[in-house]
Amino acid sequence: MQQRPNSSRRQFLGLAGGAAVLGVIPIVTVRPAEATPAMLASAIQSVTGGATVRTGKVKLDIPPLVENGNTVPMTVSVINPMAPEDHVRSIHVFNEKNPQPNIANFHLGPHNGRAQVSTRIRLADSQKIVAIARLSDGSFWSASVDVVVTLAACTEEVI
Amino acid sequence: MRFSGAIAVALLIAGSVFAAEIPPAERRSGYDFMKPDTRAMQDEDTANPGMLWVLDGEALWKRKPGAVNKACADCHADARTSMKGVAARYPAFDKATGRPIDLEQRINSCRTSHQQATPLPFESRELLALTAFVARQSQGAPIETGTDPQLAPFIARGRELYLQRQGQLNLGCANCHDDNWDKRLAGSAITQAHPTGYPLYRLEWQSLGSLQRRLRACITGIRAQAYDYGAPELVELELYLMSRARGMPMEAPAVRP
Amino acid sequence: MASALINVPAKAKRGDIIEIKTLMSHIMETGYRHMASGEVVPRDIITSFTCRFNGNEIFRADLFPAIAANPFITFFTTATESGKFEFEWIGDQGFSETASASIMVE
Repeated sequence: MQQRPNSSRRQFLGLAGGAAVLGVIPIVTVRPAEATPAMLASAIQSVTGGATVRTGKVKLDIPPLVENGNTVPMTVSVINPMAPEDHVRSIHVFNEKNPQPNIANFHLGPHNGRAQVSTRIRLADSQKIVAIARLSDGSFWSASVDVVVTLAACTEEVI
Repeated sequence: MRFSGAIAVALLIAGSVFAAEIPPAERRSGYDFMKPDTRAMQDEDTANPGMLWVLDGEALWKRKPGAVNKACADCHADARTSMKGVAARYPAFDKATGRPIDLEQRINSCRTSHQQATPLPFESRELLALTAFVARQSQGAPIETGTDPQLAPFIARGRELYLQRQGQLNLGCANCHDDNWDKRLAGSAITQAHPTGYPLYRLEWQSLGSLQRRLRACITGIRAQAYDYGAPELVELELYLMSRARGMPMEAPAVRP
Repeated sequence: MASALINVPAKAKRGDIIEIKTLMSHIMETGYRHMASGEVVPRDIITSFTCRFNGNEIFRADLFPAIAANPFITFFTTATESGKFEFEWIGDQGFSETASASIMVE
């Protein structure tokens, strides 16, 4: 039922090239400032304002063992109606060990029909991912998943 | 260091018997080694980031870059018909140089001779885009590279390179990709090294890349000095690998971890 | 060049919940990587993605460096009437791109 993709082409603003330094290295070598559990807690706090976050309603799909931490498919869905009087207002996704704790915020409303979003994320290391949904009644619900990021062999580091 | 452990294991397994070629019936594309999530990225055009390069290539196909004001489309018309199956025959014998050239080199030779334009640098977005657009027209077609008898000595040389041990780890391609393709190296499946999907989107690169880029990374991985882009050795390796994959379907632009 | 791929069904029945898939060319440079010289590679990411239908915002995402290169975002919406989806990506260093797709709702 899907149509052939429409495409839009624009002038690109320039692409980083860079000489490649090659070698057998872990996926991510530069990890200057790992987010800490405290940073994760504070990022969550800034969304919830200190309100109680209950476990449930949220489903977080990430492969438990990912092939490459640079591009990890992720789907978050919230089991909740999407009606004007009761709907999901936003979904917030956080991580524990990337340099910063935020991954994405998704803003939704009743017109979405289904509270489900997918994207691809970067994970610097094996870690916990947390998704929090804010409902129209002001309540917060969450799910978390532990993801194992394996080290690839024969990787190259660009730049 | 977890890595030195992985390398030590690789050295042990590589130290034993000499390469045994993979029987045709047992050949498997890198796609077969991937997890379902990664396969899903390749399976659908709007999920496959490689298609972004294909779109760029489609635009470049109609652009007139050189002094004679000619676009690829002016000679080759609709690539969907004119380029169908072409990438499945590369690298191919080039009469002008008396050597095999790969698809990127063919595009550049067209640019310099017929369009009077400057050649595009290896791994530039434009060259990858044009290559991906041309290769895409062969998606699903069986690989036919190497049937031209003039290629025989170059395929033989590619095979020699494939078998030759080199670098500080003293490994040849075959030690991993013929003898140990069913095993893993650190977190990665070793695979059989059939280049069915190039240029392809590698999650590690977060970009499209050529077979030459992949070969260079592999050569550096065994701690040998990688050949320069465009070096005859790399083209001979490409040629051998493509002829070794003869009959397997083209997947470009593939997705790999 | 920056290409985008948009996947929207061409037709839907009123009340159908449809999936919209988007893929945008972008390097998503994190700002946490260093060059061999030690210099930090400046951050260059898409920070915001918005979808409007017939002028009204129906979906918005704030993106961070943890989003992979060439951002892929999918979401759902209820088909209510025929019209046009407009997509907008905004980011660092003046990045701003748009794309659109139409739907026929019966």
